[in-house]
Amino acid sequence: MNAHNEVAHRAAPYAHDRSSVNRIMLQVCLALTPATLYGFYLFGIPALLTFLSICLAAIATEALCLWLQGQSITRVQDASALLTGWLLAMSMPPWSPWWLCLGAGFFAIAIGKHIYGGIGQNVFNPAMLARVALLISFPVHMTTWVHIHPLGSESAPGLFQSLGIFLQLQPIPDGYTGATLLGAAKAAANGGGSIAELVATDYSLAQAFVGQTMGSLGETSELLVLAGGLWLLKNRVISWHIPVAMLVSTLLLAGLFYMVSHEQYLSPWYHLTSGGVMLGAFFIATDYVTSPSSATGKLIFGAGCGAVMYVIRAWGGFPEAVGFAVLFMNALTPLIDRILKPRAYGRDHRGNPIKNVSARKVS
Amino acid sequence: MFVATLVLTALGLLLGWLLGLAAKVFAVEENPIVNEVEALLPGSQCGQCGFPGCSAAAEAMVEGTAAVNCCPPGGRALTETLAELLNVDLNSLGDAPVPQLATIDDTLCTGCTKCYKACPTDAIVGATRQIHAVISKACTGCSKCKDVCPEDCISLNPEPVTLNNWHWTKPEAA
Amino acid sequence: MFSLPIRGSRGGVHPETKKDLTAERSILTQLPLPKKIYLPLSQHAGVESRPQVQVGDKVLKGQLVARSGGSLSANLHAPTSGTVVAIEPIVAPHPSGLPAVAIVIESDGEDQWMELPTLDDPLALSPDELADRVEEAGIVGMGGAIFPAAVKLRQGRRFEIKTLIINGSECEPYLTCDDRLMQERAEAIIDGTRMIRHIIEAYEVIIAIEDNKPDATAALRKAAAGHGMIEVRNVPTQYPMGSAKQLIQAVTGKEVPAGARSNDIGVLVHNVGTVFAIHQALRFGRPLISRIVTVSGGCVKSPHNVEALIGTPVREIIQACGGLNNTPARLLMGGPMMGQIIPSIDSPVIKGTTGVLALTKQEVNEHVPSPCIRCSRCVDACPMGLVPLEMAKHSKVDDFDNAQEYGLRDCILCGSCAYVCPSHIPLVQFFEYAKGEMKERRNSESKSEYTKRLTEQRNERVEREKAAKLAAKKAKKKKTSRKAESEESAES
Repeated sequence: MNAHNEVAHRAAPYAHDRSSVNRIMLQVCLALTPATLYGFYLFGIPALLTFLSICLAAIATEALCLWLQGQSITRVQDASALLTGWLLAMSMPPWSPWWLCLGAGFFAIAIGKHIYGGIGQNVFNPAMLARVALLISFPVHMTTWVHIHPLGSESAPGLFQSLGIFLQLQPIPDGYTGATLLGAAKAAANGGGSIAELVATDYSLAQAFVGQTMGSLGETSELLVLAGGLWLLKNRVISWHIPVAMLVSTLLLAGLFYMVSHEQYLSPWYHLTSGGVMLGAFFIATDYVTSPSSATGKLIFGAGCGAVMYVIRAWGGFPEAVGFAVLFMNALTPLIDRILKPRAYGRDHRGNPIKNVSARKVS
Repeated sequence: MFVATLVLTALGLLLGWLLGLAAKVFAVEENPIVNEVEALLPGSQCGQCGFPGCSAAAEAMVEGTAAVNCCPPGGRALTETLAELLNVDLNSLGDAPVPQLATIDDTLCTGCTKCYKACPTDAIVGATRQIHAVISKACTGCSKCKDVCPEDCISLNPEPVTLNNWHWTKPEAA
Repeated sequence: MFSLPIRGSRGGVHPETKKDLTAERSILTQLPLPKKIYLPLSQHAGVESRPQVQVGDKVLKGQLVARSGGSLSANLHAPTSGTVVAIEPIVAPHPSGLPAVAIVIESDGEDQWMELPTLDDPLALSPDELADRVEEAGIVGMGGAIFPAAVKLRQGRRFEIKTLIINGSECEPYLTCDDRLMQERAEAIIDGTRMIRHIIEAYEVIIAIEDNKPDATAALRKAAAGHGMIEVRNVPTQYPMGSAKQLIQAVTGKEVPAGARSNDIGVLVHNVGTVFAIHQALRFGRPLISRIVTVSGGCVKSPHNVEALIGTPVREIIQACGGLNNTPARLLMGGPMMGQIIPSIDSPVIKGTTGVLALTKQEVNEHVPSPCIRCSRCVDACPMGLVPLEMAKHSKVDDFDNAQEYGLRDCILCGSCAYVCPSHIPLVQFFEYAKGEMKERRNSESKSEYTKRLTEQRNERVEREKAAKLAAKKAKKKKTSRKAESEESAES
């Protein structure tokens, strides 16, 4: 009744493009689907369990928080919690144990989002906040990367073994895990070894791009993630500014230092195809809530993400740094939004009226 | 030990005396902010705030015993200026009283001129034995006219909503 | 300081046009005469007009019934012959549902014109005289702006107008009244355009039409062929192209500076409907008593454009289009983007009524709003380069200063932001609210200053009177005491 009255007296426009939050979120999920399915194929049933448990934990936490705040639980239908959980699952080790998954989903939604006041209010990307918090708290679990064990291959674990690994009833078999390219490169750099040598012997660029490599679901097949991102661009769910700025700044910085030293620095192409840069550029940094709203702001934000990420990767303490970079730039978003307002019609960039009053008064 | 005690005591006494002196020398006759607030108030001494006049209201506002939105003629604009001056959170205030306008029932008015003599803003026009009328843009709604009217023909009502001042209400959106 | 050249318009949206409902159908001109005609005294920007007739007066079609109430106001004329039966408040065609005083004329069924003057060729008359005649005819901006046309023409005369733009863009969905007018009365529009050009002495004339109206473009090009200085130009189909600021930008590449008028950059924009009305007034001496109205929407049986007398109840023009086949979810005056809901189907057509839309629930697509997700689609859609999400955020907590800073001061209320908002936030209503509140605040501030001055003046006067009284008393006292003294001295 009340809702009816409110709608009954509302100002124009009396037309709408039929978009909805739910539709946007589901479009993003859809764009992630190919890479996700490919990830399931590569890492088998444990990856599926990891994925499902994180998403369910996120949705359940969302419902709980809404209920605690006395809001309608049907708001879960906006699919924003599903997307947060999904993105988080894409950035976690594919064979994460159950408690890590549930904790991650809970942390992302409760601490990352609802503490700030719910959807639209959070300062930091909830998925990245959860990932980084867990990375610092549980560094071993969060860097346990298994080699690929495609479904149907001999080494792929069966259902019971998968459940056992997921529930930590049995350990991950010896020799199943290893270091990702970026991890190995960091170790090599720290140990004074040659990155060029390492890359030449153990890793392949093509494989990294297509996804025949270890890592989280979101960093194995950069190709499929890129395809999903381009589809989002085409559907205008995201704009090109942030992804392009982030990829270009990464490429430029990495290229510059690669030219300085092939031994010490990794090739820019490896930077682009490893560590979930595509996922970060198209799906994480473009999060509406935590990125700037103006086009110029988006360009700066994207370029900043790329630069911070490269700095941490090259000289910082962590091998991959999409999460840190995005969180860092998230913190700057309010400032960027405040300073870089779009130029209003009839005004200059400072907000003063433009001065092209030219029509002379006829006396 | 004894010397130390003595020195400290002397020091304390000296500083205390200095403070006392300073208080006398730099004494402010009246809280200057009270004057500032009073200057902002309409000054019609209408008494709608419940205080005898604008200066009393200003004092009470500075002391915090009167709300900064207690002045109906000042309206929302005054409330905001005062809130900023006195550092009051606007959201902590309750609903402000609605500004009123006086209207004279011309079937009852005898033209006694009492009301227009009482009006602090000269908002009532008319002459002896002629029906009086209220100029609404000058009326502060102070009800002084109503109080003196022997025929009880003046009523105070909130300003009516017309096509000129109507606007959309704030949506109850999430 | 150098500034980058500004070209093309930005932002904007592409709503489903729905113009096909009426675009192919001719204007219905012979509507049955309404029994009663309702003429609100305020159907233009500015102050109410003052009635010139009394209840019981007989009026002829075209006769002046209310005169302009000030420098910013307009005349009203009887749309048909009949008797003035009332001058009373009626429900205004306004979302508030508040009453407005109107002259009610009962038609006598004769539809008899008053004697129209025989006119000389308007192009041979002086611009000032023509402007006076436009004022006399009660013409206002027919695109919905309802700004008195004569005032605009006179303002234009004080500037060096380089470009006269005739606005035939008609960007609102559903509306085709300008489209049909251009197709069916192209010659008249060209004639009116020449007159306006003559009045404001413009260097060039551009008739701007959105590129989704090829027939209207062709018709006007054909009619304009003989007159070299009139160019008919297509502009991209994009809402809100019909907004003067956006159209000027699209046509001339220039922006109107904030706070300035288009005059200031040497441009004047008139709507094609206004041009037609001016043609009628200057060529035939006919005042503005009718207009083309698009009657459309999913609930109208047979959508059409109609030529309706001003003051005709909406119900009657809908009936002329076959009536309603359903209870509309929304009954609007104007287009769906910037139109207003009207409280009653009996509200009259006024001078600014471009359309009457009876929309279905499905067409309106309203939803309960959800929180802003900062997707910034509104920022991309805003044709003015503002930040609607921040404007709404600050309006919501009554922080109007910041709302202004983020663009409220430049907002044209076009609705592009709310149209694209996936959270269905009623952004425009937030802005209407904030603008209304700020106006109220300004008013109360100026009233407060005014009453303060009055109080001071009164206090001074009272003091003076008191002092005068006191002085008089003293003088009297002195007199009496002196008298007593003299008496005393006389005694001794």
